[in-house]
Amino acid sequence: MTTIQVERLAEVFVDVADTLVEEFDLIEFLHMLTSRTADLIAARAAGLLLADTRGRLQLMAASDERAEMLELFQVQAAEGPCQDCYRQGAPVVNVDLTEAAQRWPKFAPRAVAAGYRSVHAFPLRLRNDVIGALNMFGTELGPMEPSSVKIVQALADVATIGIMQERAIHRGGVLTEQLQAALNSRIVIEQAKGALAQIHSCNTDTAFEMLRDYSRRNHRRLGEVAQAVTTDPASVADLTSRRDRARE
Amino acid sequence: MTASKGSGDVVRTLIANEPSLPDDNPHAFGGLQRLCRAAVRVLPAWGVGVNVMSDGGEPTTVASSGAVSAEIQELQFTLGEGPCLDAFALRRPVLTPDLALEARSRWLDYAPAAGDRGVRAVFAFPLQMGAARLGVMDVYRDEVGPLSPESLTQAFSFADAAMDCLLDAAPGPGEDPGSGEDSGAPGLDDALESHYELYQAQGMVMIQLKVGLDEAMSRLRAYAYAYERRLGDVAGDIVSRRMTFETEES
Repeated sequence: MTTIQVERLAEVFVDVADTLVEEFDLIEFLHMLTSRTADLIAARAAGLLLADTRGRLQLMAASDERAEMLELFQVQAAEGPCQDCYRQGAPVVNVDLTEAAQRWPKFAPRAVAAGYRSVHAFPLRLRNDVIGALNMFGTELGPMEPSSVKIVQALADVATIGIMQERAIHRGGVLTEQLQAALNSRIVIEQAKGALAQIHSCNTDTAFEMLRDYSRRNHRRLGEVAQAVTTDPASVADLTSRRDRARE
Repeated sequence: MTASKGSGDVVRTLIANEPSLPDDNPHAFGGLQRLCRAAVRVLPAWGVGVNVMSDGGEPTTVASSGAVSAEIQELQFTLGEGPCLDAFALRRPVLTPDLALEARSRWLDYAPAAGDRGVRAVFAFPLQMGAARLGVMDVYRDEVGPLSPESLTQAFSFADAAMDCLLDAAPGPGEDPGSGEDSGAPGLDDALESHYELYQAQGMVMIQLKVGLDEAMSRLRAYAYAYERRLGDVAGDIVSRRMTFETEES
């Protein structure tokens, strides 16, 4: 992975600032952040995971949402670089996956089989709590430089700020409340993906793209559209009606 | 975190071992009443209640135990405000370790009214799965203070079990409501291995059967139970289109 270019980093921060200020949809925000971070360090794929009440890491957003990638992230719910960095509260960087079979017997071989060679994971930290991890995959083994490590950790910290709607945590339980809201909002996306995949006889990746395109074109929040797909489909009829294939 | 992995199993065993009482609802919600009694014993709780709520529908208290009377449970519905209603609307838990503190900013009517009846802290857990919302579980304390991390994890497990109960209680076409007893249908935490596929399958079955999200999940679980298959495997078959649920007309 290459050295981070200052201009590109500046672009990412401008995007992040814009998103945080405007109409805010958490999943879309995390998706943008994850994709941009992957681009920035030329990682092949990136994902952001949050811990549920059982301490299992659940995927919130990925730069690549194909089923194969989702599965790879899911294996990490219990074992892998994200789990290690979540427990330790420190980054896990520059790991050669081809030599990690003993460390992660379920995860490492599958990652290698999927074509990845290197992996990094950064904790999502909030004061003394670690709430999840940001995970990057590469197909080559270039080491990540210390300056890049710092920058990606800063982007992970920005993700955490986006997740926490209230910055002043004076009331106990706010962290839990926000995390549960975030985890639940991802579930809505998955339910909507399934519904759209069924309606349009397409795969769930295509369904996700349809969801995002519709949200952007209509200036609506991704989460809100996903909810409408599953609970009030008539309100998003353009998205939920089967189209006459002959006309396309 | 190892202790919390077993929390779901521990809670389900507790509920299963809780004896029935003569006044328990023999049908859909008997299991929920046992759940509330088990929760009151195990959590540092003064009372626990479960409300069934739906979009645009009237909330109903279906189970409660401990010092929490139906009157306390229904206070929020009467006044139209409170942590339970917020949890349902916001789709996230509302954890209020000091109810009196909220009397000035949120719940101007509810907070003092509940305080007069001895409630000092309320923790409301929505019974939801993505866009499917069935109700809320409320945990009440007569002392100010948060739930410890361990108690909070257990409370979430009780909420999951309450969700299971409500899904089991939902009747399929032409069926009577279930007893709310543990039907043996796989608990939702059994599906931890393939979460995302399960929710995608839920969305697909919803369209296939032309039913709501919650009924889609009930049908998936009922199928897994009837054919002795893992819920995650059934979900995998649905998502990869090896299997489809069909309505009677199709």
